[in-house]
Amino acid sequence: MLKTFSIGGIHPAENKLSADSAIQVLPIPQMVSIPIAQHIGAPATPVVKKNDQVKVGQLIAKSSGFVSANIHSSVSGTVFKIDAIVDGTGFRRTAIIIKVDGDEWMEEIDRSEDLLKEITASKEEIIKKIADAGIVGLGGATFPAHVKLSVPPGKTAEVLIINAVECEPYLTSDHRVMLEKGDEVLVGTQILMKALDVKRAIVGIENNKPDAIAHLTKLAANYQGIEICPLKTQYPQGGEKQLIAATIKREVPSGALPIEVGAVVQNVGTSLAVYEAVQKNKPLIERVATITGKSLQNPSNWKFRIGTPVHDLIDAAGGLPEDTGKVIGGGPMMGKALSNLEVPLTKGSSGLLLLPREEAIRKDSKNCIRCGKCVSVCPMGLEPFLLMVLAEKKNYERLEKDAVMDCIECGSCSFTCPANRPLLDYIRLGKGRVGQIMRSRK
Amino acid sequence: MNTKVLVAPSPHVHSGDTIQKNMYGVVFAMLPALVFSFVYFGMGAIIVTLTAVASCYLFEYTIQKYLLKGEPTINDGSALITGMLLAFNVPANLPIWIIIIGALVAIGIGKMTFGGLGNNVFNPALVGRVFLLISFPVQMTSWPKPLGFSTSYFDAETAATPLALIKEGLKKGEALSSLMPHVPSNMDMFLGNMGGSMGEIAGAALILGLFYMLAKKIISWHIPITILATVAIFSGILHLANPEAYAGPMFQLLSGGLLLGAIFMATDYVTSPMSNKGMIIYGIGIGFLTVIIRAFGAYPEGVSFAILIMNAFVPLINAYIKPKRFGEKRK
Ligand code: SF4
Ligand code: SF4
Repeated sequence: MLKTFSIGGIHPAENKLSADSAIQVLPIPQMVSIPIAQHIGAPATPVVKKNDQVKVGQLIAKSSGFVSANIHSSVSGTVFKIDAIVDGTGFRRTAIIIKVDGDEWMEEIDRSEDLLKEITASKEEIIKKIADAGIVGLGGATFPAHVKLSVPPGKTAEVLIINAVECEPYLTSDHRVMLEKGDEVLVGTQILMKALDVKRAIVGIENNKPDAIAHLTKLAANYQGIEICPLKTQYPQGGEKQLIAATIKREVPSGALPIEVGAVVQNVGTSLAVYEAVQKNKPLIERVATITGKSLQNPSNWKFRIGTPVHDLIDAAGGLPEDTGKVIGGGPMMGKALSNLEVPLTKGSSGLLLLPREEAIRKDSKNCIRCGKCVSVCPMGLEPFLLMVLAEKKNYERLEKDAVMDCIECGSCSFTCPANRPLLDYIRLGKGRVGQIMRSRK
Repeated sequence: MNTKVLVAPSPHVHSGDTIQKNMYGVVFAMLPALVFSFVYFGMGAIIVTLTAVASCYLFEYTIQKYLLKGEPTINDGSALITGMLLAFNVPANLPIWIIIIGALVAIGIGKMTFGGLGNNVFNPALVGRVFLLISFPVQMTSWPKPLGFSTSYFDAETAATPLALIKEGLKKGEALSSLMPHVPSNMDMFLGNMGGSMGEIAGAALILGLFYMLAKKIISWHIPITILATVAIFSGILHLANPEAYAGPMFQLLSGGLLLGAIFMATDYVTSPMSNKGMIIYGIGIGFLTVIIRAFGAYPEGVSFAILIMNAFVPLINAYIKPKRFGEKRK
């Protein structure tokens, strides 16, 4: 029996259209817009001004606190302006806009393809390099990586879990990274193990990627302490708590962090970025994303420079299909619908999904028939139908008691409901309000 | 950008499951039992089914349109289920006018007074059935003999149900061992060769429907399996304690409306609990009450009452029995 998490879960159609398409390099655009807030936490503070010359890999905005991240230029050229633009969240936020000129890199960056397996940096050096390189969780949560590596006093990390689940339908960027950069990922994993002082790492991969499981299992034989753990395909296994439950059978308590059960989770793409930062001095200026959709000419995977506009990626894959009804940054379950195609791709962009119009339009919602299906699929053991009713009634006290804050916004409930009820929409509203109330109590 | 794109919160895809798919799935699962009833009871079964379904549709439509003045919800398939279940729960020679009254009570009182599908507390078909049982006890308990198409709709030869045979016999002070030779064998009951309501007789067909609904994930195992297991265990204990007064588990499982109730009536979405734990408690309750009523009650049959009683507890179960939360300490 393959491992998986035990509460709830669904099996949406996988639609991994681009799984066989090797990673290509997206041409550098003429202009990039690099937001100063691409991570969870405080926005970075710009350290360049208009008309400054910058090189690839140069620091352009500095981390402004512990939970924040450095931002580097992904291109060489001139700072055109620093201005508010609409980003992937739909809000207007500050970005550094750079006019591209050539492709001149900072000298200290090692651009060779040589695999450097030997880890010379110390634990402290590693964490510093990761923080300097501005690495954030590349699975989509964009939590600054160095924060998770700094284990709070009184807690110990026992195991590093690498999230290579890619449970979102359609997305294949992690899959391709594992196939094409397997060794780099594993060296990155060992670096992370050293940073955390742990002897054991588990790479969780769903069994819909047998080639990646086979490839990494073969490679992992050369690396001490790394286990490849095939998992039964089930959404949302990529959720931190679900992945921990699936791999080591421990449940992170409500409101607590994974370190509570001795685990630290990092995404497989993050592991590659860590390798590049520590072994090659390369800050996080590019990453791999999937561009996909049923009507798209050429669903594929691309390495892009941070700040490239979304339409460049779409054009590279054959252009926007006529029937496009929704452009989603991320996967269909948790991604965000984008309002325009000028939005820049950022550190958290794991993919872009173009949904045909018929699929994008929601069906009318009906009366709840009390089938209980939303309850049985909720991976957090909540009662979505009830949370929705409570949110509608603005009963925040009950919402808090019924653990609305535990909701990981995976969307399994809305996905499943036969009456098409917009469960998560309401739960999210309720969650926002309860969060405010809880913070104001502190 | 020339095309208009939609912006809406996630998730952006849906399973494609609908209320209709689930309702018609249940209807499909009832078809084997329907076919059996046509085979055993001929014309009568057809007349009863058509009448029940047509009147349920009519009442649902009329009440929705003229009294509640809402959008007609007639297409969601739930009236069809209520109609078929009502037919399944009455003798195959029940006079048409009684069936119509049953449908009116089922839809009008059982469903619409609560505000329609999703709001009712009691299973509508059972409300109809129990109303008829109390109002027309004679007609509701004279079962035609299952003779196939030679069964006449009027003045049919009647056959008592196995449960009634035993109850009557025990009342007269006879021992179970002397009664058992007069009731159909377990195999006969499994294949439907016994007296009883139209849709309850053929255990084999009902179980086929159960497998279909489980495979299609229309229902989960929790309710039906818990009911059946509870009945088996509890009646087994009684049987061991006094084999001359209480029939054994196999007989209990196959006789009367137990399979029909456990598979199709107790699993009604609206009137059963939401969480798996709740479903198990509800199932145990139904199984337990069924055996109690059958063994000690005035009526030979207990499933309908057991389900209705437990229906009443569902709001309480939902309020207090919560699903196991992720990260909750196991006690
Ligand atoms: S979105 Fe929240 S409530 Fe809905 S299934 Fe996921 S965790 Fe449960
Ligand atoms: S899945 Fe939808 S219809 Fe079923 S109980 Fe939940 S909210 Fe109600």
